[in-house]
Amino acid sequence: MVIVSIADLKVTGDGNETLVTYALGSCVGICLRDAANGVYGLAHIMLPWSKEASSAEKNPRRYADTCITELISTMVNMGAKRSGLEAKIAGGAQMFGAASGAFNIGERNISAVYRVLEAYGIPVVGAEVGGSIARTLYFHCSDFAVEIRTANRPNIII
Amino acid sequence: MTLNSMEELTPVHYDVLREIGNIGQGNAATALAAFSNKLVTIDVPNVRVLDITDAIEYLGGPENIVTGILIRLKGDINGMMLTVLQSSFVKNLVEMVFDRKPSSPFDLDDTEKSFIQEIGNILSGSYLNAISSLSGMTTDVSVPSVTTDMVGAILAVPAVEFAELGSKVLFIDDCFTFSDGFGKAAECSASRSNMILIPDIDSLSALFDRLSLPD
Repeated sequence: MVIVSIADLKVTGDGNETLVTYALGSCVGICLRDAANGVYGLAHIMLPWSKEASSAEKNPRRYADTCITELISTMVNMGAKRSGLEAKIAGGAQMFGAASGAFNIGERNISAVYRVLEAYGIPVVGAEVGGSIARTLYFHCSDFAVEIRTANRPNIII
Repeated sequence: MTLNSMEELTPVHYDVLREIGNIGQGNAATALAAFSNKLVTIDVPNVRVLDITDAIEYLGGPENIVTGILIRLKGDINGMMLTVLQSSFVKNLVEMVFDRKPSSPFDLDDTEKSFIQEIGNILSGSYLNAISSLSGMTTDVSVPSVTTDMVGAILAVPAVEFAELGSKVLFIDDCFTFSDGFGKAAECSASRSNMILIPDIDSLSALFDRLSLPD
């Protein structure tokens, strides 16, 4: 099992691997695979756009646009074809409901992830997003089953 | 003096924060005793400055289920205060007050939920009162919002808003022991809660200025 921490990404060529990321709240987890070439990757982003970052904080893996771009290029370097990639995503919740802040960061993360994936021509074939619950994500590379575990609901597979 | 980051805090600053923690915890214990009709004793609070990622580990790892009560601060001190109650704390407190032990922190009816929200309100108010009584600074607080879920996702809220995962938070470790009276230690139950104060650095700097701490 490979653990992906917050504002990070991991890539594997092992089709039996499971990539996991814990406790996605307003953050979004992005699973990508190229089935034909056997390359798999998972990213855990916190914020939508890198251009909105303050100058003090420039970790590119924090933002949907720069992190997904790095994930794709890392996977292509390992032999994936961009045209063969497909995505499943989860997260983007509002942990404290409407009180989470005037700007709903979860919603903005989701829409940024969709826009970035669309720009790269990558279809989103499964999503479990929004609401106000935390999600832990297990990406089983063997069959692209993405298992979502929550604190108080049955597990689901997207 | 002007603080630029929490890394610049000196032992004197820590002493002040610990004293604020002490007074706040004393206020909180008084309120908890009134609610629970128990004798509530406290340990000297542990105050430290942690990264948000370290705080998540300290609170039991990202998937640990806790109840978080978030309030926003605006005024002389700007930032957020997050009260984190471990599941055992929530269950014990509900049992003491309602005579019913919930099976989990999700197993609460509406009355019990608003009771827990009120507890969070009281705990955070206790610390804010300690700050304002020592410094004379005043702060408006938002209505508290409550959620029970994975601690990793709850602590990501301040991390996202301050846009820095490496940002430091003030972490106060409380241990309240409830008992039926002196000499009945066997019946007591210890419950842990944590206050996490995320002030912006200017507010913290102003606080120490107000208390006239030497450089």
